[in-house]
Amino acid sequence: MKNYKTIILSNQEIAPGYCRMRILAPGYHKMASPGQFIMFRVQRSLPPLLRRPFGIFRIGCLPADCDGMPDKEYIEIIYKVVGSGTEIMQELHEGDRIELLGPLGRGFELGDPDEEKILVGGGIGLVPLFMLAEKLVETSRVRLLMGGRSREDIIAVTEFERLGVETYVSTEDGSLGEEGLVTQVLQRKLEKYPRASVFACGPMPMIDAVQKICAANKTPLQVSLEALMACGVGACLGCVVKGAGHSDAEPRYLCTCKHGPVFRAEQLDWNRLENQAADCGGCK
Amino acid sequence: MSEVKMQKVETKRPRMAVEIAGLKLKNPVMPASGTFGYGEEYAPYLDLNQLGAIVTKGLSLKPKAGNNTPRICETVSGMLNAIGLQNVGVDAFITHKMPFLEQINAPVIVNFFGNTQEEYAEVAARLDDVPGVAGLEMNISCPNVKHGGIVFGTEAVAAHEVVSLVRKQTSKPLIVKLTPNVTDIRVTARAVEDAGADAISLINTLTGMAVDVKTRKPRLANTIGGLSGPAIRPIAVRLVHQVVQEVSVPVIGIGGISRAVDALEFLIVGAKAVQVGTANFVDPNAMATIIDGLENFCQNEGIEDINELVGTLEV
Ligand SMILES: Cc1cc2nc3c(=O)[nH]c(=O)nc-3n(C[C@H](O)[C@H](O)[C@H](O)COP(=O)(O)OP(=O)(O)OC[C@H]3O[C@@H](n4cnc5c(N)ncnc54)[C@H](O)[C@@H]3O)c2cc1C
Ligand SMILES: Cc1cc2nc3c(=O)[nH]c(=O)nc-3n(C[C@H](O)[C@H](O)[C@H](O)COP(=O)(O)O)c2cc1C
Ligand code: FES
Repeated sequence: MKNYKTIILSNQEIAPGYCRMRILAPGYHKMASPGQFIMFRVQRSLPPLLRRPFGIFRIGCLPADCDGMPDKEYIEIIYKVVGSGTEIMQELHEGDRIELLGPLGRGFELGDPDEEKILVGGGIGLVPLFMLAEKLVETSRVRLLMGGRSREDIIAVTEFERLGVETYVSTEDGSLGEEGLVTQVLQRKLEKYPRASVFACGPMPMIDAVQKICAANKTPLQVSLEALMACGVGACLGCVVKGAGHSDAEPRYLCTCKHGPVFRAEQLDWNRLENQAADCGGCK
Repeated sequence: MSEVKMQKVETKRPRMAVEIAGLKLKNPVMPASGTFGYGEEYAPYLDLNQLGAIVTKGLSLKPKAGNNTPRICETVSGMLNAIGLQNVGVDAFITHKMPFLEQINAPVIVNFFGNTQEEYAEVAARLDDVPGVAGLEMNISCPNVKHGGIVFGTEAVAAHEVVSLVRKQTSKPLIVKLTPNVTDIRVTARAVEDAGADAISLINTLTGMAVDVKTRKPRLANTIGGLSGPAIRPIAVRLVHQVVQEVSVPVIGIGGISRAVDALEFLIVGAKAVQVGTANFVDPNAMATIIDGLENFCQNEGIEDINELVGTLEV
């Protein structure tokens, strides 16, 4: 965990409204694990005031230059332009100086290599699943169910396929892949592979539906959540979710930034999570 | 060539130490309650030993659940929060959080609150026995549940009563933190000084509200929240300016400080020390940068002791 002053190596639109940014990040290979995130300081002046949280898509390394420059370790993030901060990020260029706090939070537990792995994601929810897939394919069979409202929400398909992940695409409007909800596909896959474990990240209604299916099938599930964050380190208590067994008399709040963003399903209070999701102006 | 003896230029570093209500701080910079957790959260990013003091998240007698989410929302150069004073409670703090804090070479100031006079008194009494606690900061921006929810700090009489009661429970330095949400802050400042406060800190957050125009819902689950960050600084400076003229106890300035120049404004109007809040979220290293900046300012201005700056406002 560090706060870096660093530079942008590249920043490009990859699909309408989605950009990919490569940031110089020495040491991340050793430090970061799949599912962790960073807090990005958009610019040194104000506004925007607070840092923005983003998942790590992947970590890479540019080989040493012939002119003696050492290896350049970098991270990539993929972000959707949704508001004031991401609008400014979209305008940033190679060489621009930025600040990066991370890697933060708890990532995914990789689980038993012999088990089937099913990843479920949509839109920017696919971001943390990439680094996870990279790790999981080393030992396990990995299937990825990508879902979204329409084809714009399906990103990085070829990259996942290149890893050797079997991908299944579904969109609600049928503009890409099968027409319908990703959870229908999940239901079918779990019937076929009952011993699989599931990893999910995406909009709250999707996560919620995934949880219901996994609970009914007694399938182990890990989810990555989003929350409004100010500090990213467990100090402000702005990002809390209710943990299993929470009550007003015995509060069991968990910080999304510190105890998460990845949680095992059984750590959370799902009844209340549904209500919170409806409140969260931020959740897309 | 004649031999020129290289004379080592002794650049004397300015003295940065300040004393507040008997608390000896190595410099006047400390975190604002609720923005620095219990210290350990920021330990990976900042050497806590360089801070003037550490101020904890507000503690209550029993653990407190806090509000529903969303609890925070960004505004122009600021943020609203309605955390609802979620905390582990005074007993868990003493057992689980104090051992870490005791290792830090900076005085630990424990912020606390209550919803009745008795609760305030009891928390203060519990903390009085804890050796690692250097001082107490009493947050009086809380509703009195026995009095129709009127905030203690908005009524001089209620503020006087609760501070007097707490004063009897503790021999530790007692800092009382004022709310800015009053008609005339000089009245509450006088009341708490008269009730035995050893120092006054201000400001707590200003009440505010923001609306999501698409859903037409308030952006915070609690509807109303507290505004903090750079946006509130001019108001905070004005209030500190008014309070220092009214009381003789030392004053700690809080509100929107994110750079050394911001802290200097407060010192110049008469605060002896400052607290940094929201800026910690933006830059976990903010306080270290501010401390360096203050020292450099003194050096460049030929100020040998930072205390010389305090209350030097020219009007
Ligand atoms: C752990 C985590 C990982 C994330 N990973 C990604 C990712 O890989 N790619 C991506 O595009 N987005 C990701 N997000 C969401 C991303 O943080 C927001 O889209 C972004 O903060 C919006 O900023 P803005 O200034 O453009 O929007 P504005 O609406 O102007 O932002 C206003 C405030 O609300 C916050 N906010 C708004 N939307 C969200 C949201 N959905 N989640 C959290 N805070 C929000 C902002 O941080 C800011 O403080 C992630 C969020 C979290 C918590
Ligand atoms: C997230 C958050 C939590 C806070 N919690 C407390 C608290 O528990 N007790 C308290 O006295 N003040 C609390 N405050 C108020 C701050 O200590 C400070 O008075 C205020 O934020 C103004 O300073 P700033 O503009 O530097 O943030 C909190 C502020 C924020 C932003
Ligand atoms: S974002 Fe501050 S506690 Fe999680």
